[in-house]
Amino acid sequence: MTREIAVVAFAQTDHLRTSEELSEVEMLMPVLHEVRAQTGLKTADIGFTCSGSSDYLAGRAFSFTLALDGVGAWPPISESHVEMDGAWALYEAWTKLLTGDADTALVYSYGKSSPGPLRDVLTRQLDPYYVAPLWPDSVALAALQAQALIDAGDTDEPALASVAARSRADAAANCHAQLRGSVPQGEYLVRPLRTGDCPPVGDGAAAVILAAGDRARELCSRPAWIRGIDHRIEAHGLGVRDLTDSPSTRLAAEQAGAFERPVDTAELHAPFTSQETILRKALRLDDTVCVNPSGGALAANPVMAAGLIRIGEAAARIHRGESDRALAHATSGPCLQQNLVAVLEGDPR
Amino acid sequence: MSKEPVAVVGIGQTKHVAARRDVSIAGLVREAARRALDDAELTWADIDAVVIGKAPDFFEGVMMPELYLADALGAVGKPMLRVHTAGSVGGSTTLVAANLVAAGVHGTVLTLAFEKQSESNAMWGLSLPIPFQQPLLAGAGGFFAPHVRAYMRRSGAPDTVGSLVAYKDRRNALKNPYAHLHEHDITLEKVQASPMLWDPIRYSETCPSSDGACAMILTDRAGAARAPRPPAWMLGGAMRSEPTLFAGKDAVSPQAGKDCAADVYRQAGIADPRRDIDAVEMYVPFSWYEPMWLENLGFAAEGEGWKLTESGVTELDGDLPVNMSGGVLSTNPIGASGMIRFAEAALQVRGQAGEHQVEGARRVLGHAYGGGSQFFSMWLVGSEPPDS
Repeated sequence: MTREIAVVAFAQTDHLRTSEELSEVEMLMPVLHEVRAQTGLKTADIGFTCSGSSDYLAGRAFSFTLALDGVGAWPPISESHVEMDGAWALYEAWTKLLTGDADTALVYSYGKSSPGPLRDVLTRQLDPYYVAPLWPDSVALAALQAQALIDAGDTDEPALASVAARSRADAAANCHAQLRGSVPQGEYLVRPLRTGDCPPVGDGAAAVILAAGDRARELCSRPAWIRGIDHRIEAHGLGVRDLTDSPSTRLAAEQAGAFERPVDTAELHAPFTSQETILRKALRLDDTVCVNPSGGALAANPVMAAGLIRIGEAAARIHRGESDRALAHATSGPCLQQNLVAVLEGDPR
Repeated sequence: MSKEPVAVVGIGQTKHVAARRDVSIAGLVREAARRALDDAELTWADIDAVVIGKAPDFFEGVMMPELYLADALGAVGKPMLRVHTAGSVGGSTTLVAANLVAAGVHGTVLTLAFEKQSESNAMWGLSLPIPFQQPLLAGAGGFFAPHVRAYMRRSGAPDTVGSLVAYKDRRNALKNPYAHLHEHDITLEKVQASPMLWDPIRYSETCPSSDGACAMILTDRAGAARAPRPPAWMLGGAMRSEPTLFAGKDAVSPQAGKDCAADVYRQAGIADPRRDIDAVEMYVPFSWYEPMWLENLGFAAEGEGWKLTESGVTELDGDLPVNMSGGVLSTNPIGASGMIRFAEAALQVRGQAGEHQVEGARRVLGHAYGGGSQFFSMWLVGSEPPDS
């Protein structure tokens, strides 16, 4: 594994509560155009394309096939799709570039949560025989996790509120964020989580371009080199997991080399305030690390794209010279079941 | 960059049937995975990562079921990827897993694809609601029948060619203990007398709806050296996609299929597929797709594919056997169907195909397609490792 691979471009939509006037393809196309414009690449120049999305959000089978119209897959392209957050599409593209079969890759993902009740939709992810029939929703499960964390003495409600306040305050500088500036902590949604502890529900898309070696240097003045990337999954049954910890995040971080040297920035995919506490512990992030300068998933959480956006945000800070070594994290499944960690670095300035 | 060679050292399938009411989804996939591990004489601990694929989540009514299946597939604490590229997904999943080995990221990977179609009605699951699709398109057959008619008109093939394919594949399935349909009393007359579903596709020229899973263990050179049985070596693999509908699309012989095959042949050093490849396991959900794909894959000139079928070349004892396993026409758990094709190709070059073994098969092509003839996924496997 000697090939150097970098994120060389990133674009995202303005994330909105609803985009009902746009189809998924229409929502996606501007970000595809934007990453291509950043690099000057055309569709035919890109060696591999990989995307992430979910039929359950779209409410129809094979929803990703229409996105190919937006990509402009003619002449035919080398292409693949994961039914996962786009962060895992990026992982697949990274392995493709490692083999040497391609020098550049386009990665994109999108999700429209507005057409259906997202909390109900996400219950369909759960064990179909023993758990899904009870319809425990995503906020209720996160609340179980938050309560376990409070009971363990790892946090309290004021500390959670401060995570929410910091995230939305930082998002004031992020023109794409859905919730920005001062947002009231609000009433309990599911105790102990208040509306402020929960992510906004919204629609959005993101795209990234990866390139290898010298190709990356041609396309970007300061590429964000992927020094390591790994992902791990935990058991699905909440009853067999310690919900106050995230061993899969820790293991992925170890495998990605995150602990070899400190990072200056971390973009964590923590849709709930309590999950940031868990991830900080697993990733050994202290107060010197700038966590979620974009506002994170508490400011915008387009399902299926929010993880890819973490990698994109971390890379963009390296592109801009605001970070030299950043960690990006993505999650999937109930209560942080599956986690991906990437470590990105810029060349010395 | 030199890629690590990829070997198949374990293959497992379930007995494909209309409804596996005796097992959960987890039980179904674990059965196939367990058999692949047994074939490779490996344990769960030997697996570095799991790559799983299936077609739309609506078929079982579980969103991203890999989350729930992590425990059953021994993936806890490991990387797990979920691929979905429509009907080609079983092939694509294999190739994603193969890339993990080729890139040197992992040494040994379990890849698996499944569908438990008895959990829903696949035909209506594939019939999108208006306004996403025009009315009167009932299921995949409704979509593909016009393309078959276009092929017949273009090639001048006799009306009977489709029934010859179905009769051959259903007889091949009798030799495959894992095939879904075992029609012991099948005759050509019965195929030709079966009800017309989507003109010109008759009931007996159509794939069934199956519950089933298929798994493979892919590994590197070191893993292959430890394998108890002969490995199959990946000599080439590729994916190609094009949009569903656009002006100028050739729905009969899509460019993406031609490009995908050309890429595989280039990697494997195949100059003349008809001469250099011993057998083909291709994705034929409706009988007429055999001659259509023979042309698209370069085994016959345009308009000539039906002649190979008609003259018996594609029979199990023919010069270029096609769908030795009985094919998709005899077994169709949609998400797994592509991987079953890839696995059959590997079984053949390992000499492990039992009664449907093609004598001396050294290079065999596995092929899958999906969506509106727009997603293609193929690999060529051989009994000898690639030159390096």
